[in-house]
Amino acid sequence: MVQKLDQLKESPSQTAGPYVHIGCVPNFCGIEGVFPEDLGVTMVNDQTRGERITVTGTVYDGTGTPLKDALVEIWQADADGIYPGNDPRGAADPNFTGWGRRAGDYTTGEWRFDTVRPGAVPFPDGRLQAPHISFWVVARGINIGLQTRMYFPEDDTGKDPILSRIEHQNRVPTLIAAKTGEGEYRFDIRLQGEGETIFFDI
Amino acid sequence: MTLTNQPPGGGFFPRDRGWQPAALTPQYKSSVARSPSRALLSMPQTLSEATAPVFGHNIIGPLDNDLIHNYAAEGESAIGPRIVVYGRVLDETGRGVPNTLLEFWQANAGGRYRHAKESYVAPLDPNFGGCGRTITADDGSYEFRTIMPGPYPWPNRANDWRPAHIHFSLFGRGFCQRLITQMYFEGDPLIWLCPIVDVVPHREGIEDLIAPLDMNRTVPMDARAYKFDMVLRGKRQTMFENRVEGM
Repeated sequence: MVQKLDQLKESPSQTAGPYVHIGCVPNFCGIEGVFPEDLGVTMVNDQTRGERITVTGTVYDGTGTPLKDALVEIWQADADGIYPGNDPRGAADPNFTGWGRRAGDYTTGEWRFDTVRPGAVPFPDGRLQAPHISFWVVARGINIGLQTRMYFPEDDTGKDPILSRIEHQNRVPTLIAAKTGEGEYRFDIRLQGEGETIFFDI
Repeated sequence: MTLTNQPPGGGFFPRDRGWQPAALTPQYKSSVARSPSRALLSMPQTLSEATAPVFGHNIIGPLDNDLIHNYAAEGESAIGPRIVVYGRVLDETGRGVPNTLLEFWQANAGGRYRHAKESYVAPLDPNFGGCGRTITADDGSYEFRTIMPGPYPWPNRANDWRPAHIHFSLFGRGFCQRLITQMYFEGDPLIWLCPIVDVVPHREGIEDLIAPLDMNRTVPMDARAYKFDMVLRGKRQTMFENRVEGM
């Protein structure tokens, strides 16, 4: 016998289920008067620094059917590459939350974030990563939240410390948004099959 | 300073994917078309994963942790067995996770959710919404009051029932700690029949999701109490970080 490590195990994940809206976006699903507004709906205000962008998308299952019950969260740096919240490098733009949460539309499955273009954030070795937005997707049928990242089509992602080390370079485009207009981006997420989005174990 | 490019505290323990449910679990049919078929891509944690939004206590209203009253008409309350749910949010090293947002949601006492896509025949309770939230105290502890949710049938195999459960959403200190889980109640025979519970690969993991009755925390003549601790990924703490030579 040896000494015990005295460590705990992470709580097992369970699906968010089809009624995740009740807990996370109650106003969206018609439960009004409990919380004044759904958290994560508003990321910016009039004072927020940086280029305003929208990110629109849909999550698709392996049959190509849109998920109409997905909940999508994003987390990103401000225009200067600093994270709001608890970034050890200092304070971020006080008029930017960095965190957004949206439910897919009940009919189409589409969601949209109104945010700003993030600045570049360093990799642990000091190299700059290409600007990106972190995504977390939960829904009925997803046993543990899926983590991925969105990158921008204008940026040189070829030298990015993460993207450049991916073996299957033909899958990298699944992480790059399409520009659909001035400041407008589309980022569809495919859970399975052809064009399956790269998901990370981080 | 290169140091500041490091995730604070040296990053989080890797997620134990053999302990967590797999993506593809055919007994839970919805997972079949919604599970990635390619391997997850491992990558080092960066500041993007090691930081997370911080929610202030100012967002919390006085009834946010009281589901018996937060949707009820003035002077009324939700129907069902009254319970208190309490516990701590810890990380894998056993330390409490303070000041972190917890959100919870559940069906009413008859097993019916207040949701447009819900079709179970059990009635809505006009005084029950089903959502609540709180922020953990300095030691990671939390507490809320609600009614015992009912079990309910759901479309999966021909006759599957969900055990009574409460959903929890947790944030922690890094976006890679983000977690959604469910709490079950001690003694519920449906736990061991449920295909969603069954996606958890180890019996010990399932037991980690079952809250025991705690008679010492009951409110006499008012509410029973159930204890439910939750564990988020731990953070590495060592003076010997993996730094580039000479830094």
